[in-house]
Amino acid sequence: MKNKNPIWSFFASVKLALFTLFILSTTSIIGTIIPQKEASHWYIERYGEKMANIFASLSFTPDMYSSAWFTSLLALLCINLIVCSLDRLPGVWRQIKADNLATPLARLESMTPQYRWQLSGQGNEIGRLLAASLGSIGWQAELRDREDGTLLFAQKGAMTRLGVYIVHISILVILAGATIGAMLGYKASIMLPETTSTEVAYTQGTHTPVNLGFEVRCDHFNIEYYDNGMPKSYRSQLSILEEGKVVTKKAIVVNDPLTYKGITFYQSSYEPFSDFMVTVTNNNNGLSETEIIPYQQQQTLPKSGLQIGVISADGRGQSASKMKIWFTDNDGEPSLFWLDNGSQTTVQRSKNNYTVSVKQMYATGLQVAKDPGIWLVYIGCGLMLFGLVIAFFTSHQRIWLFIQKESEGKCSLLMTGTANKNKAGFAKTFQHLTERIPKA
Amino acid sequence: MDSSQLIGITTFTYLFSTILYAAFFIFKSDRLGSIATIFTAAAFLIQTAGIGLRWLESYQLGIGRAPLTNMYESVVFFAWTIILIYLIIEWKFKTKIIGTFAVPFAFLAMAYASFAKGITKEIVPLIPALQSNWLIAHVVTCFIGYAAFAVAAGLGIMYLIKNTSETRQSTDNSSLLGTLPALQVLDDIIHKTMVFGFLWLSVGIITGAIWANSAWGTYWSWDPKETWSLITWFLYAITLHARYTRGWGGTRIAWLSIFGFISVIFTYYGVNFLLSGLHSYGSS
Ligand code: HEM
Repeated sequence: MKNKNPIWSFFASVKLALFTLFILSTTSIIGTIIPQKEASHWYIERYGEKMANIFASLSFTPDMYSSAWFTSLLALLCINLIVCSLDRLPGVWRQIKADNLATPLARLESMTPQYRWQLSGQGNEIGRLLAASLGSIGWQAELRDREDGTLLFAQKGAMTRLGVYIVHISILVILAGATIGAMLGYKASIMLPETTSTEVAYTQGTHTPVNLGFEVRCDHFNIEYYDNGMPKSYRSQLSILEEGKVVTKKAIVVNDPLTYKGITFYQSSYEPFSDFMVTVTNNNNGLSETEIIPYQQQQTLPKSGLQIGVISADGRGQSASKMKIWFTDNDGEPSLFWLDNGSQTTVQRSKNNYTVSVKQMYATGLQVAKDPGIWLVYIGCGLMLFGLVIAFFTSHQRIWLFIQKESEGKCSLLMTGTANKNKAGFAKTFQHLTERIPKA
Repeated sequence: MDSSQLIGITTFTYLFSTILYAAFFIFKSDRLGSIATIFTAAAFLIQTAGIGLRWLESYQLGIGRAPLTNMYESVVFFAWTIILIYLIIEWKFKTKIIGTFAVPFAFLAMAYASFAKGITKEIVPLIPALQSNWLIAHVVTCFIGYAAFAVAAGLGIMYLIKNTSETRQSTDNSSLLGTLPALQVLDDIIHKTMVFGFLWLSVGIITGAIWANSAWGTYWSWDPKETWSLITWFLYAITLHARYTRGWGGTRIAWLSIFGFISVIFTYYGVNFLLSGLHSYGSS
């Protein structure tokens, strides 16, 4: 072993890991008690000027988890992980690749568990017989004739020694993904009225405009309710346009976003307007007109000269579920009727027959996220679970069988083995093997 | 018979199981032990039926969703998982006495679900944000983890009691505590239970992150509940490292299993009631 540089040893130590994890867990508590990401005057109102200043100077507010000191702690954890792994991996690799047929007899004799018995025959013949018998029960054995006798060796799960390192690397992968996301991605939002489109979203917090590089249009938004009045779904029909042409369409709901060119649109909120979209179709000549009209104002449809208005509405809060429509074709008394939001009805007038539909106008609130690091984060998560399963539930098991010539035509045998984890389980496996190995 | 009646019955049967295990612990009668096990297993089946029925009822109401989405349902599932893990340990390690320290947790959880103020037992439909299979995966995996940590903490308490009594007096096998499993055995079961819990908590945090990402576009927002689950995860990571690389064991690990579980409880209840955040759905 070469002499270790003290700085290297410091960063390679598990003590430092325990210390960093402990400090990370205790300081994390602060940001769960002091609400994060509020405006500075909010903190002054809540905690007073003096405390608010102290919090701000310690970076407890407004965003402790991205402060310099907290990210430094995470960086320290990463350096610790990297140095610790580099420090140990060569040794682990030597153990995986070790020439186990060169293990000296003295070491074999000092191992537990052990099993000894005797067989008649020639050393290397017995060796081949036992190797075949071990092979038949799933332990592929190698054999070497040495000066002091014949040694058989079989192992399982040598590579499982790497499980812990997969877990540790996965943490680095996740944090790398998070860093990429924070540097190259953004979180923004859009309030998009139905039928309109935009190329620009506004980042959260600073409200800086970001250009999406294409247009997103909200064709349609609707809310469904359960019978008890709770909202069941918020759905926006979105279209993506490039150079004025629709390239893709999707109806998004919460938990099912639309992704285009690495930018994902999430359904996050909505805003009802006091405008209504009406469509009137003359069923006699097929002429149809759609118009957006304000609440409680009579409107004349430009092509047909028909007049229509929403005179009252009923619903929850700002969302109308049914509207009272006033409608006339200037031929007799105006028609007055109730119509459910988004539905249509047929209106019989003296000469003509019309289909009228009405819908309240909404703006859909979209969360816009670009996160080029997300795949690394997910790969890291997968690696972590894979590594944890290996680290917790598998072990490197080794079996040696040493055959020594006792007298002419008679050999004494020593079987021994080790496992790096779950020794009790290994003892049982070993016991099992001793029962199945030929003894005479 | 509806699901809440079945689940209500379970509360009392777990109380009775607790008493039976306590009686077994005190009188050391093997018959009492077998009765306690049979009784607990029966209560577990009733609870399973109750949870299944609740699922069915939600379909009859036209809502159709797994019974895992509010405080009441998650606490009931938590108790169910504790008993499941306990029964597996009893079967695997052939020791009944642990029931005295594990079953009360299930009873307390059920009592909380049944009697605490402000917990609604109604089957309400899911708001849009909660309509996700990732959410179900998240709740199930987290609670398996939590239940394992509860059992580990129960074993930790058992370890500490036995350890104090052993250092005070010479071990007397006829004494009350003499019937407890040997300290090494306890230490080993505590470790294995924590490892099991750690794995599930990891899956729970990851599925939660995937859910958050599909609902809001952020897999991690340092919301108090997320942060507390990470704190809990760190605590158990510290415990595993201390044991694995520094050779900690016995009393220290027993204490850590208790501290870890306090952190679990805080993540689970404390955050809902004392702090604010995205997960506030749990408080209704
Ligand atoms: C949150 C961060 C970490 C997690 C989740 C983690 C996870 C694990 C796991 C699951 C094990 C296996 C334990 C067992 O088999 O019982 C382990 C072992 C180990 N960890 Fe970590 N670890 C973390 C951070 C660190 C850091 C920062 C270091 C830096 C020194 C470190 C050093 C080690 C060492 C030396 C081992 C033992 C490896 C062996 O000898 O086989 N860990 N870790």
